[in-house]
Amino acid sequence: MWGFKIAKSQSINYDRNDKEIMRTVLDNEPSLRVCMACGGCTSTCSAGNLLPTFNIRRLNTLLQRGEYTQLRNELNNCMLCGKCTLVCPRGVNIRNIVLNTREALMKYESDTI
Amino acid sequence: MNPTPFDIFVLPFTVGMSLLFAYLILKYASWIWYFDRDDKLKILRGLFSLKSLKAAKEIFLESLIHRKMFLVNKRLGYMHMSLAFGWFLLIVIGAVEGHTYMGGAAPFYFPIFFVYFVPDDESFFFARGFVQLMDAALLLVLSGVVVAIVKRFYKRIVGMKSTTQLRLRDKMVLYSLWLIFPLRLLAESATCGLHGSGGFLTYPVGQLMAATLPLKAMEYPLWWVYSIDLCLFFIGLPFSRYMHIPTEMVLIFFRNWGIRLKPDNPILEEVMVLSCPRCGVCIDRCQLNTAVGNHDTQAVYFLQRIRNSEEHSAQAKNCLMCGRCESVCPVGIDLNAIRLRHRQNFTPETFVPQYNNAEARKVDVVFFTGCMGHLVPKTKDAMVKILNASGDNYWFMDADGGVCCGRPMKLAGQTAAAEKLMAKNRQSIIDSGARTLVTSCPICYKVFREDYNLDIEILHHTEYIKRLIDSGKIKVGKLNTAVAYHDPCELGRGAGIYAEPRAVLDAVATLTPVPDECKNSLCCGGSLANLTLPSADKMRIAQQTMTSLTTNHPDVVATACPLCKKTLNRTQMAPVADVAELVAEAMKE
Ligand code: SF4
Ligand code: SF4
Ligand code: SF4
Ligand code: SF4
Ligand code: SF4
Repeated sequence: MWGFKIAKSQSINYDRNDKEIMRTVLDNEPSLRVCMACGGCTSTCSAGNLLPTFNIRRLNTLLQRGEYTQLRNELNNCMLCGKCTLVCPRGVNIRNIVLNTREALMKYESDTI
Repeated sequence: MNPTPFDIFVLPFTVGMSLLFAYLILKYASWIWYFDRDDKLKILRGLFSLKSLKAAKEIFLESLIHRKMFLVNKRLGYMHMSLAFGWFLLIVIGAVEGHTYMGGAAPFYFPIFFVYFVPDDESFFFARGFVQLMDAALLLVLSGVVVAIVKRFYKRIVGMKSTTQLRLRDKMVLYSLWLIFPLRLLAESATCGLHGSGGFLTYPVGQLMAATLPLKAMEYPLWWVYSIDLCLFFIGLPFSRYMHIPTEMVLIFFRNWGIRLKPDNPILEEVMVLSCPRCGVCIDRCQLNTAVGNHDTQAVYFLQRIRNSEEHSAQAKNCLMCGRCESVCPVGIDLNAIRLRHRQNFTPETFVPQYNNAEARKVDVVFFTGCMGHLVPKTKDAMVKILNASGDNYWFMDADGGVCCGRPMKLAGQTAAAEKLMAKNRQSIIDSGARTLVTSCPICYKVFREDYNLDIEILHHTEYIKRLIDSGKIKVGKLNTAVAYHDPCELGRGAGIYAEPRAVLDAVATLTPVPDECKNSLCCGGSLANLTLPSADKMRIAQQTMTSLTTNHPDVVATACPLCKKTLNRTQMAPVADVAELVAEAMKE
């Protein structure tokens, strides 16, 4: 009538997320906890340089949200070159997080099929 | 001809020895059976060739004399040599003695118990000589046993900071080994004491025993105990680390026949794992031990875990693959390759690189700086300056970034994914039509040389620069700078390039010596091969390495790897520069 309507909620219910993979990854590589989302990794990333849609900083967010499909697609682009790990001011071992996440995703998928 | 001597106490020894032989023959046969066709053919061709003679010589030098171990550590070398070579002499001289006495028809237990059966017959050929020689060999072994026992309880006596930890089973076999030779001395001396015979060792010990002990009652039981102890050792051997004795010899033959460790064939790895005598030489070489305090991941422990089928994935990942242990391992085990084999390859099917290199340009020389090269822009700029001055028609392949060389992927165990990355670069290089590929990253250099199958010349930038200087294509002056050179692991131990960077540095600056150089150089700690090392620990290793590099107070620490430069620079202990930077600075326009 007045052009108003009730918007769909944009909030994310974290309780409903599957945190299993995040927990596995954090157990194996706890350094992810100190990430401050500065984006240093993304700006140096060798793969991101060639493929601007690839953003490694988002890894942490996707992992926490349990958005596994997108996570897997993103991670498939990483070349494990290790540049991100070298520039990270917090000493986050991003390369090992990528490895662990890929491994956990593989396991998770073979378990849920 | 003498009648064949026999006593029931030879049975434990005979049974133990026969079981051991049977076990070994089955084991050897199963290894050969499971080799692939290619390897079997190599064995067939090698068996009756000079290669077998070479192997025999190597067995003599390494398994008996322990030449390489002497080079690393003299006292440890003596310990292993006296035990192995002394025992070998006892067996050989004993066999000659026994067969001389029996006219060539001695049963195989006879030489072992010769003194009991022939206590005072000195009528046969060279009898006195044999007695003295056997005593000398026994003394040699006993001296080794003493060092071994002392080493167990006081390891520094052999100049080691750490020795290996043992399990119960190993301990039992170890004690039975220690006992063999003292028991032999006691048994032989007892018999000699009763008959007033013996050599320079067994005669006085025998006389002393005769004067103080009831020898008559002791002699026979002592021979029994000696025989039983031998039996225990032989039966325990296959299940203990002493399996390395019969395995190492086979490994040396396999290696000389040209059999190499392959990713898909576990047999040679099993042979290598069993060949490790746990000498512990690798422990003090490892900076994860000396700088970080890890006592769990060194080669000896890693191999032990594989052998005992214990969990070892953490150890597989926690290794710099610096090659410091491999370069001194007296058995020559391919430690890096084994480590890599145990990194899990879980490359997802979906790994399809969505990116490409820039379009190739037709040139003579391709320059590839690599991912890490982009983190050290000064090196990159220096190389551009040098390449421009060289007059070569070149293409800076990844000037604006490019696909990674694939080695970091491979080092993470992801072989299939690494292949896909390599294919991209291989195509770009072939498309350029270049005859020479130059890279300023030793990590890339190694993978280009080993895995790319390019039939063009592949040069590390230090090799390329040396060539430019030698041919006068670039002119350099001498800087008033004292430099210490850090050998990158991948370039030095990994690819054997030690001379070129030093020659270049010698031309443009004053090279100062470093305590740990060339084969003994330390690792910067930044290695991409270590998948799990926390950044604080990497820093500890870098500091240890910088402390060594700055011993003689150089103005600059020079290196030839972007990753080394970046890692060492973080310590802030001295300025760090790539060889190329110094050359660019010293260049005359
Ligand atoms: S560079 Fe390190 S701290 Fe910054 S976003 Fe990346 S992981 Fe987080
Ligand atoms: S390791 Fe992966 S995420 Fe990190 S910089 Fe290299 S390509 Fe990017
Ligand atoms: S791996 Fe080599 S150096 Fe280490 S204990 Fe075994 S034989 Fe000795
Ligand atoms: S390769 Fe280097 S880091 Fe790995 S075990 Fe050997 S010495 Fe230690
Ligand atoms: S070695 Fe280097 S750093 Fe060097 S390109 Fe290859 S991966 Fe990236």
